[in-house]
Amino acid sequence: MNANKNTGFKVIQPGIYSLIEDTGRFGHHGIGLTSGGPLDSNAFRWANRLCGDQQNAAAIEINVGGLVLESKANTTIAVTGANTPLTINAQSRELWQSHQVKIGDRIELGFATSGSRSYLAVAGGFNIDAIFNSVATVPREALGGLHRDGSALQIGDFIPCTESLFQSQLRVPESQRPDYSANRALLRVVLGYQQQAFSNINKQLFFSSEYRVTESSDRMGFRLKGPAVQSTLDGILSEGICLGAIQVPADGQPIILLNDRQTIGGYPKLGSVLSLDIGKLAQLSPDGLLRFEAISIEQAHNLLHLDQQQFAQSILQPMD
Amino acid sequence: MNALQNISIAGENSLIVYFGDAPSESIASEVAATAGQLRTSLGELLIDLVPSYASLLVIYDHFKTDHHAVRAAIRHALAKPIEKDTSQLGTLVTLPVYYSVESGPDLQTLADNAGLSTEEVISIHQQSEYRVYAIGFAPGFAYLGELDPRIAAPRLATPRQKVPRGAVAIADRQTAVYPAESPGGWNLIGLCPELMFDPSAEPSMPVKVGDRVRFKAIDRETYLDMGGLL
Repeated sequence: MNANKNTGFKVIQPGIYSLIEDTGRFGHHGIGLTSGGPLDSNAFRWANRLCGDQQNAAAIEINVGGLVLESKANTTIAVTGANTPLTINAQSRELWQSHQVKIGDRIELGFATSGSRSYLAVAGGFNIDAIFNSVATVPREALGGLHRDGSALQIGDFIPCTESLFQSQLRVPESQRPDYSANRALLRVVLGYQQQAFSNINKQLFFSSEYRVTESSDRMGFRLKGPAVQSTLDGILSEGICLGAIQVPADGQPIILLNDRQTIGGYPKLGSVLSLDIGKLAQLSPDGLLRFEAISIEQAHNLLHLDQQQFAQSILQPMD
Repeated sequence: MNALQNISIAGENSLIVYFGDAPSESIASEVAATAGQLRTSLGELLIDLVPSYASLLVIYDHFKTDHHAVRAAIRHALAKPIEKDTSQLGTLVTLPVYYSVESGPDLQTLADNAGLSTEEVISIHQQSEYRVYAIGFAPGFAYLGELDPRIAAPRLATPRQKVPRGAVAIADRQTAVYPAESPGGWNLIGLCPELMFDPSAEPSMPVKVGDRVRFKAIDRETYLDMGGLL
């Protein structure tokens, strides 16, 4: 490892919207700071795993695509997530595997053909000063990211990282790679919050209907369109909102609150989407279709533990 | 745990404690006291807490504990009696305000609608001691209540695109200081030179949920001397 301030990546094109993210900012909801972090935590963790089994390293979340970088370091990178053409020096390269890059290499991402977000990780992570213990970029809060002010990557930005010795190239087994091409997802939901204010008929309607992702969907929340669900409440005293909370305003169209959500809010909520399924939601493009399935808190707990075990036991495949 | 309190599931790793169905000084104190106790008793099992008007969201590490254990910790915290005289709980913070038509573009309209003079509105705003009921909307935005009903005013029909940092504002029976320039629909009555959110400071906010706040009028010159902008 060589800690040199001049090693890193130069942003030639930032793409549609590319943000520095780590796993998120925690412990500061009390002063109104949201958590941030990668919308698709599964793709994010695989990208980091490919770059040396790192867990909370800063990576780039690329929305739709268009990111072009020039390497000013000899190191290893990996891109996971949305199905996006990747080239290094105009040579086509695979997603979900690690690649050696050397000084002067041009790394270019096209635009997603399925899925919406990809993650570019680098060995050792990008070296960025944390703010409130995280580098997660939250534009609405003007916090985090390369300049610590919540700004997305810009042309000319230089993202520092350390150099890294040659690592053998690795790939994620096919069986572990998600397929986003259907643009559909089944989201598991733990009922909670004001769920009792939704009648059984309204719950049945919600869990048996298909909802569509609308254009008004971003890192704060995904607004859905489908059969209206009603509760007996007009509003509630503003209260803490957890990741994945399903908020139902008066028009009955659910909003799923994501990483950059406001920390408190006053709309009735039906429960929360299982975190393992939020990445699937985040990979949908507008008009993507959703269904919901209710699970118990015990099932959620078991699924989370099982997922952690399976991830830990998955073995990356070496490449020749 | 009393009859008004209950604990509900919020999500896979979150429980929400309800303390009642309307905000009050005593509930604000209970929320703050319970948050403090859970911070100690849950320690590293805790990921985050969101205290609000009459609730407390408890987010825990589901790889280290589960909702049964966290419920037990919450019940234990709720069972502890809190001080009878809740009016003295929480730190008292005094915030300086330059009240004027110049610094508060809605002061005159608010006074006219209330049938009061601007001086009366300014005086009434300073008479109460407010509680920090919740922090949210934006980093450092503290919702303070309860405002004297004589100067309560609904939000503007058309929110402003730009409310300046430090704007002292009123909406319904709440008041607040905008921590940063942002869009906003509250009625602006003055400017506070003190920073409500400073990421480089420790602590980064002068108040926390459950604290008490008083406002104190300062003149234009003092406001500018304290670093206020016009």
